[in-house]
Amino acid sequence: MNVWIICRKELKSYFASPIAYLLMAFFALIFGFGFFTATRDFVRFGFMAEMQGRSMPMNVNEQVIRPLLGFASTVALFLIPMITMRLFAEEKKTGTIELLMTSPVYDWEIILGKWLGALLLYLCVLATSAINIAVLFAFGKPDWKPIVIGYLGLILQGGTLLAIGAFISTTTKNQIIAGGVTFFVCLLLWLLSWFTAYDTTGYGSVVNYLSIVTHFEGFQKGVIDSKDVIFYLSMIFFSLFITSRSMESLRWRA
Amino acid sequence: MIKVQGLTKRYARTVAVDNISFEVEKGQIVGFLGPNGAGKTTTMRVLTCFLPPTAGTATVAGFDVLENPHEVKKRIGYLPETPPLYPEMEVSEYLTFVGRLKGISSADVDRRVGEVTERCAIGDVRNKLIGKLSKGYRQRVGLAQAIIHNPDVLILDEPTSGLDPKQIIETRELIKHLSGDHTIILSTHILSEVEHSCQRVVIINRGKLVAVDSVENLTNRLRGSEAVALEVASSNGPLDPAAVQQRLEQVSGVSRVLPREARDGRMAFEVESLQGRHIRADLARTVVDAGWNLNELRAVGLSLEDIFLQLTGAEKAPAPSTQNPAPAASQEG
Repeated sequence: MNVWIICRKELKSYFASPIAYLLMAFFALIFGFGFFTATRDFVRFGFMAEMQGRSMPMNVNEQVIRPLLGFASTVALFLIPMITMRLFAEEKKTGTIELLMTSPVYDWEIILGKWLGALLLYLCVLATSAINIAVLFAFGKPDWKPIVIGYLGLILQGGTLLAIGAFISTTTKNQIIAGGVTFFVCLLLWLLSWFTAYDTTGYGSVVNYLSIVTHFEGFQKGVIDSKDVIFYLSMIFFSLFITSRSMESLRWRA
Repeated sequence: MIKVQGLTKRYARTVAVDNISFEVEKGQIVGFLGPNGAGKTTTMRVLTCFLPPTAGTATVAGFDVLENPHEVKKRIGYLPETPPLYPEMEVSEYLTFVGRLKGISSADVDRRVGEVTERCAIGDVRNKLIGKLSKGYRQRVGLAQAIIHNPDVLILDEPTSGLDPKQIIETRELIKHLSGDHTIILSTHILSEVEHSCQRVVIINRGKLVAVDSVENLTNRLRGSEAVALEVASSNGPLDPAAVQQRLEQVSGVSRVLPREARDGRMAFEVESLQGRHIRADLARTVVDAGWNLNELRAVGLSLEDIFLQLTGAEKAPAPSTQNPAPAASQEG
């Protein structure tokens, strides 16, 4: 119950400032651009196949939605620091953290509430892409199941990065630093998959496993692999756990 | 209601609070007095379960702050030095949020918000954004936030700091009104505030307890002695201030003479008496007998201010070489 109270307050704060609208507009714009490019290429490809008189197998799911999902997951990496940077840093700066920490709520309720609030905003941001997907449904017959799985993957990946961002936000009073470090960590986790894409030795596979993005590839293809789900869930749990440790250390150091 | 025993809080390099013990009974208003950096805020943060103590215990309504923080938090309303406000929220929205956070059910919260807005006189701004409020209103919203769940204990950290005189008086009145139902600890470095609203005073300095006593006892300690402002002028020829001072010091019952200012042959002194001695008549006689003019002779009240400065040994005038009427005698124990 307390979790919900805090979550609702977080969400209200996001929508009381321009940040929520900015993020939604920004994401809608970029995703729309990606959508435009993907559908244009798809249509061109269709024309070319017809002109050459060969009937190529055309699939909206594989040729439009799948690259779009990958695109969305990359864009999300850039948006997430902007969502999480204020979570704790702002409250530490203005002193409102003192209100939360002297209220009869547990630390984990505060953390879970804040994380859920951030996740809900992230869902709102993702939801703007539904317009484009709806267009695909209006003019084509894509399979809905891989789309749902793809979005599930986006949510899990986003939840993980949000949890990491929440932790980083507890370590500083400065929102800019929180945002910057979170962005750097997101970038690193993204790049990890590049460095080790063709490296299958023990070391490489460990680094590859830690990359947030590699675990998204399955979802992108419409496959739910329990290994990936467990990875994301355990990362979320672990990050929120160290967030609570960090909050406790606040009490001892403050 | 509140029991603090041997409380110590150490930071990495400094000791903020050093072995403090005191008790507060139900319904009392206790003033927490000390210069800036004395450890007032730290003590309050320990009591509100924001910081854990390094050593010693603190209990609120029978619950230990370390073992049962949840129960303690339910019974405490806390106004930190800067009110913990969200500028992007409206006043009533904010109070509803805090009320829910403090465990008021959604059915009751509207009623409680109505009650505290009325009590703290913030009804006219209830639909305004907190970020747009003036300092005085913010402080009152902070106070409303602290009392919304009707806590047994109210802890107010410098509730009147930064307010204008009218707002200070209003806040004081408000705190007095609250005292019936709540046990209140308020910290301040403004002494008149304690004189006005508190029944007991806890004085700390550099983390150490200096005195715990009732306001009357503390003022009574010095009521026996009096301070007199005296201005002497020469009737003929120049006067040597040192000689005048020496002469005044010889008057029986005078504990010390402080020279104030000397100009155009007039010189002012502040004369303090020994405990229980009335010296004005003797002073007047001495001056007249010496052939000087007595321009002014006026009793100056000794305020808590003086007691405080004496207790904390802060610098004011030259240190008294004679007796010190108020040693740190009445520590609780």
